[in-house]
Amino acid sequence: MPRPLTLKDNLQESHLFMRRVIAAVIGSALLVSALIGRLIYLQVVAYETYKTQSEDNRVKIEAVPPNRGLIYDRNGVLLAENLPAYRLDIIPEQVQDLDYTLKQLARLIELRDYDLERFEKQRERLRTRPFEGIPLRLHLSDEEVARFAINRHRLPGVEVRAVLTRHYPFGSSTAHAIGYVGRVNEKDLQILDETNYRGTTHTGKVGVEKAYEDILHGAVGYQNLETNVQGRTLRVLDRQSPVPGSDLYLNLDIRLQQATEAAFEDYSGAAVAIDPRNGAVLAFASLPGFDPNPFVKGIDVDDYNALQHNIDQPLFNRALRGQYPPGSTLKPFVGLAGLEAGATHAHSKTFCPGFYQLPEGERKYRDWKRSGHGMVDLNDAIAQSCDVYFYDLARTLGIDKMHDFLAQFGFGHKSGIDLVGELGGLLPSRDWKRNSRNEPWFPGETLISGIGQGFNLTTPIQLAAGTAALATYGQYHTPHMVNALRRPGSDALEPVHVQPVKRIPIINHDHWQQVIDSMIAVVHGPRGTARKLAEGIDYRIAGKTGTAQVFSLPQEDEYEYDPEEIEKRLRDHALFVAFAPADQPEIALGVIVENGGSGSGVAGPIARKILDAYFAGKHATQ
Amino acid sequence: MLLNDTINPGSGTRRSWLQRIHLDGLLLLGLIMLCGMGLVVLYSAGGQSDALIHRQLLRLSLAFGTLVVVAQIPPGLLYRWTPWVFGVGVLLLLAVLVAGDIGKGAQRWLDLGVIRFQPSEMIKLMMPMMLAWYLADARLPPDAKHLLIAGTLIVVPTLLIAKQPDLGTSLLIASSGFFVLFLAGLRWRLLGGLTILAGACLPALWYFMHDYQKQRVLTFLDPSQDPMGSGYHIIQSKIAIGSGGLYGKGWLNGTQSHLEFLPERSTDFIFAVLAEEFGLIGILLVLLVYGAVILRSLYIATQAQDTFTRLLSGSLSLTFFVYLIVNTGMVTGLLPVVGLPLPLFSYGGTSMVTLMAAFGILMSIHTHKKLLPG
Repeated sequence: MPRPLTLKDNLQESHLFMRRVIAAVIGSALLVSALIGRLIYLQVVAYETYKTQSEDNRVKIEAVPPNRGLIYDRNGVLLAENLPAYRLDIIPEQVQDLDYTLKQLARLIELRDYDLERFEKQRERLRTRPFEGIPLRLHLSDEEVARFAINRHRLPGVEVRAVLTRHYPFGSSTAHAIGYVGRVNEKDLQILDETNYRGTTHTGKVGVEKAYEDILHGAVGYQNLETNVQGRTLRVLDRQSPVPGSDLYLNLDIRLQQATEAAFEDYSGAAVAIDPRNGAVLAFASLPGFDPNPFVKGIDVDDYNALQHNIDQPLFNRALRGQYPPGSTLKPFVGLAGLEAGATHAHSKTFCPGFYQLPEGERKYRDWKRSGHGMVDLNDAIAQSCDVYFYDLARTLGIDKMHDFLAQFGFGHKSGIDLVGELGGLLPSRDWKRNSRNEPWFPGETLISGIGQGFNLTTPIQLAAGTAALATYGQYHTPHMVNALRRPGSDALEPVHVQPVKRIPIINHDHWQQVIDSMIAVVHGPRGTARKLAEGIDYRIAGKTGTAQVFSLPQEDEYEYDPEEIEKRLRDHALFVAFAPADQPEIALGVIVENGGSGSGVAGPIARKILDAYFAGKHATQ
Repeated sequence: MLLNDTINPGSGTRRSWLQRIHLDGLLLLGLIMLCGMGLVVLYSAGGQSDALIHRQLLRLSLAFGTLVVVAQIPPGLLYRWTPWVFGVGVLLLLAVLVAGDIGKGAQRWLDLGVIRFQPSEMIKLMMPMMLAWYLADARLPPDAKHLLIAGTLIVVPTLLIAKQPDLGTSLLIASSGFFVLFLAGLRWRLLGGLTILAGACLPALWYFMHDYQKQRVLTFLDPSQDPMGSGYHIIQSKIAIGSGGLYGKGWLNGTQSHLEFLPERSTDFIFAVLAEEFGLIGILLVLLVYGAVILRSLYIATQAQDTFTRLLSGSLSLTFFVYLIVNTGMVTGLLPVVGLPLPLFSYGGTSMVTLMAAFGILMSIHTHKKLLPG
């Protein structure tokens, strides 16, 4: 070495160095002891804790929602399908700054307040399930997906998922019959099994979609995923596949349904068509309708309000929940009640001077025909819709017998159709009035009940089902929307459970025939109120017209000053019940046209069009 | 002095063939063992990627090559080059600050066209060399003037690196300089005073820290405060280590690391993978080898013949220990996350070469000995 070693005290320095090395070794040993102590703590003392945490870390259980069952009409036409759509999910745990992320996203895709509110609620609910995607927006457009894709690197914890969403190709035509699905909300979760709905975003809200929710939904599946920090799936450890929902085959014929809607033109109202042989609902229309598809996506508040406040009430399911005075459409039933109870005979006649007076009263109960019908028997009274005959018959029969007989046809209580939210109408009786109003029954009320006015209220379903029971000599079938279901992976159709037929006791078969003949006379008789319907017809209809008074006027300001509109909305509701062919009925109808004015002039022709469409369709398929 | 084993360096019976090519067998064995174990763990941590192992093998060859080459350089030559190389190193540090490449948010790299070069790595070696050089002629323990100049020599590069910012490396470099002073006999009283002074400077240090560095310290104090953010590393690392238990989950069976819960698992946090898969037993085994390497290095230091080589080899040995303890302390949650690799285990090139160069110097010091006058 080129250095003068001798100038320094090498030995002394060497000792000094040695001491320092020993000190350093001691210091290092202390540090290593601390490290080993720490390791013993982590790996031995707290081993169980960390072991558990590591297991939790590793595996993420993800729910795999089942595919919702499809809905077909009776001819296999698809009415509710599942279309692929893009959904934007946020995994809050992976988002660094949620507000910032949402702000950024709002620039890329359309985010409405509705979406954000829903997201917040969901987030609150899913707090116990970290690392689960929470839907923010459904139905992203291709453009939105593309815009997001470009920016996704800036937005960790946000992902676009391809999901299947419900679509109703016939739009408003099926809105009231099939209903629609919507986002699962708090209220739904009180009913639904939360486990089975993990991963499911939509549930049936109304219509068949709601009534058959459990069948359509299927069973949730699971997969155990190994994930990394980013939540990215590395491997599927095991998977229990979801069981898809069953497909439903409706009794509905979509062609008849559309023809029914078309027959109404611009009128509001409802029509229900039933196969009297089995209660199958062939058409179920409530007009105006609405497009159910926006409800699947989450309808905009403004659009919803527009629907909600529309004076024509498109969201109102008139067929299911519309309760109208049946008016003269009740007369065949009252007439049959009279015959079966022995209160009248087919050929006993009543004089109609145009009004009726109770022996003890002053009040005149008017006939719709001022000049009166003269001497009428039951057949005339039904064909010409004579009110006086039925005032008299009702008085002879009495309200309670009338109630009991008519109740057998489904009036006054829910039909039990396989839809949710049905209303039962009202079939008045002494008991009913005492119980619900604590008032005595007045004889005059019996009279107006006999012509389907007064307290009487029926729904279109009840009219159709009651008429069907009349057409089949007392075989009352509970109306049903769904015919069969097809379980996943099976080709066989499995009939759904239906209520057994109720047989209305028959005292004399001829009584029924007489009433049916009178209903045929309504259309085909020379003086029938609906004789115009028989023009150019190649089948026979048994029907009955009806007109129901409109007592109240919707108090909507914007219409208050429009006399024409007021005039229109004060017009009577027009009704028509029918079945055809009269001798071998295949279809029974209940038609209500709001503010139609006259049963014969408006409701009858609509019924004819529906029946024509039915027979035309039948011929086309044969 | 223990001169008897160096009294006849030229005699064929005492010198093995390794010593003839200036390598120390025991130290080399320890290093190879560590690198071998490192490769085993890295294979698992890197997701069993052959490509990764190939690259690491390439680096190891380069590193061992460097070791062999450096070991051939006689300490005298090192002594003469030291001030110049140190000067160049400091200039390069300045260059990095002006024109450095930004990698992972910090300016540490200097792009020389062919290779990207981290001058701070070079300073890791140059710092103890420079201080040992400076104190080589001084009477030890060093006096006030020597201490002042030595202090300046430590502080300037440390600050330059801290400014990049690379807190971990700057602290390592400062400590390697400090170790020279310590081994040179820095008085205990002065040491105590410096400790107090350092404590007093902590608030100032806080002021100079970047936000992410402050965050690291805060996170160290309470990792659960931000479990998905910066506390995440520590929490996941502790889970990995703890879940390894006494015997570990077995090689390639570490779920924490394989499922990417553990960040930086091939680099800074590879110790957690070792702990998870091989348990406490495995760690103790590895620590034993580390201990052997460090003790052998310190033994070499005690056997050095002059102040320069003595101080230099002592400092290098202790710095190696600091690497080990800082990394393991960080991974086990005893120290804040400072971003230092586990020496010889972590995936990465430059630090590996630097380390091997340091061991090359140690071997050179041990094998280039002259007969001394009794």
